[in-house]
Amino acid sequence: MSMNHEQIRELIHPYVDGELDLLTARETEQHLRNCSDCRGVEKALRALRETVANSQPGYRAPSHLHRNVRAALRREAKTEAFNPWFVFATGAACALVILGAVLFQTTRASRNETIVKEVIANHVRSLLATHLVDVSSSDQHTVKPWFDGKIDFAPDVRDLSKDGFPLVGGRLDYLDGKTVVALVYQRNKHPINVFVMPATANLDRSPSVVTRRGYNVLSWRHHDMKYWAVSDLNEAELRRFAEFLVQ
Amino acid sequence: MFRLTESPRLSEFERQVLPHLDAAYNLARFLMRNDQDAEDVVQEAALRAFRFFGSFRGENSRAWFLSIVRNTSFTALKRHRADEDNVSFDEELHGEKISPMDAGAILDRAQDQQTVRAAIEQLPAEFREAITLRELEGFSYKEIADIAGVPIGTIMSRLARARRQLQMLLSETHPEAK
Repeated sequence: MSMNHEQIRELIHPYVDGELDLLTARETEQHLRNCSDCRGVEKALRALRETVANSQPGYRAPSHLHRNVRAALRREAKTEAFNPWFVFATGAACALVILGAVLFQTTRASRNETIVKEVIANHVRSLLATHLVDVSSSDQHTVKPWFDGKIDFAPDVRDLSKDGFPLVGGRLDYLDGKTVVALVYQRNKHPINVFVMPATANLDRSPSVVTRRGYNVLSWRHHDMKYWAVSDLNEAELRRFAEFLVQ
Repeated sequence: MFRLTESPRLSEFERQVLPHLDAAYNLARFLMRNDQDAEDVVQEAALRAFRFFGSFRGENSRAWFLSIVRNTSFTALKRHRADEDNVSFDEELHGEKISPMDAGAILDRAQDQQTVRAAIEQLPAEFREAITLRELEGFSYKEIADIAGVPIGTIMSRLARARRQLQMLLSETHPEAK
């Protein structure tokens, strides 16, 4: 069905703007070829568009506006960071983190304290009963193989006679609910018990000493092993011993 | 303490929206018809756009930003001048005269630019909007309809009427546009 002159006239603008579908555009073109009146409208419209385009009437944002907008956006981003909800949420999150850390530290500290007590109890027991060692030898090549098959890890056993801490022997003991290696060394008349077990978590800090009931307990971590050394030796000597042990 | 000046939302906004600041100013300038009001509108629109940026779905950031600019402009116009949203225009008597040009003089671009700008500025706000978005920013009818929030048919008729008025205004000074 063909459109009449009045209908086509309405389409000249969208035609010139390229907004018509192909079929309607072709129909409009056909009409324009035959209607000088409509051709005049089309020509005037194209001339107008050209005049407007050629005169470049568009405005460009002045440079200070670019700067002002950027500055205003920065301020806005900052205020958003300080809106009450954000502060509340951040505060709550911080509080949770701190609470968690405190709880964690407390749990860990109390757990640590339990083990220290056990370590000392083990040490004292080993001295009271004549059960200091299961394997009595200052030869590391005798002590180390003795543990084979008794535990599921291989402790590093070294005689430290030349450093003034001769190896006395080894035995199995019980610590923190696990079977552990106990190595016994001697410094002058002071026996030293060293408990060795695989380190469980990655949280253990570098050597730390606690003193309980006249005993020094030194704990550290080395090569995925957790060490507890306990003795009535003074702290400095115990530290020196630990250094020789992991050298 | 919380340095969010480098917030990812802000940098994303700067990347997607700020390139259209010239287009925003162009539209605001033709709608507001003076530099200061146009700057205020663009500044306000940019802040509003930033606040609503979360709801922007990322299809056409230029059209999206310009729709905020046009709404901000029309709100400001209504505040400033109650008569501004009145589209009625006497097509026989078209308001103030544009500074006439010497018929024989060769027009330099600056003069031409002033004449065309002045002619567009004499149109009602909705017509200024249609002309700016179509002739200067090259938006399609569909995009202009989305920006202005009216049907395409309305845009089509506004544009046709705006152009007829512009032709009349310019024919006084620009006989070749007739």
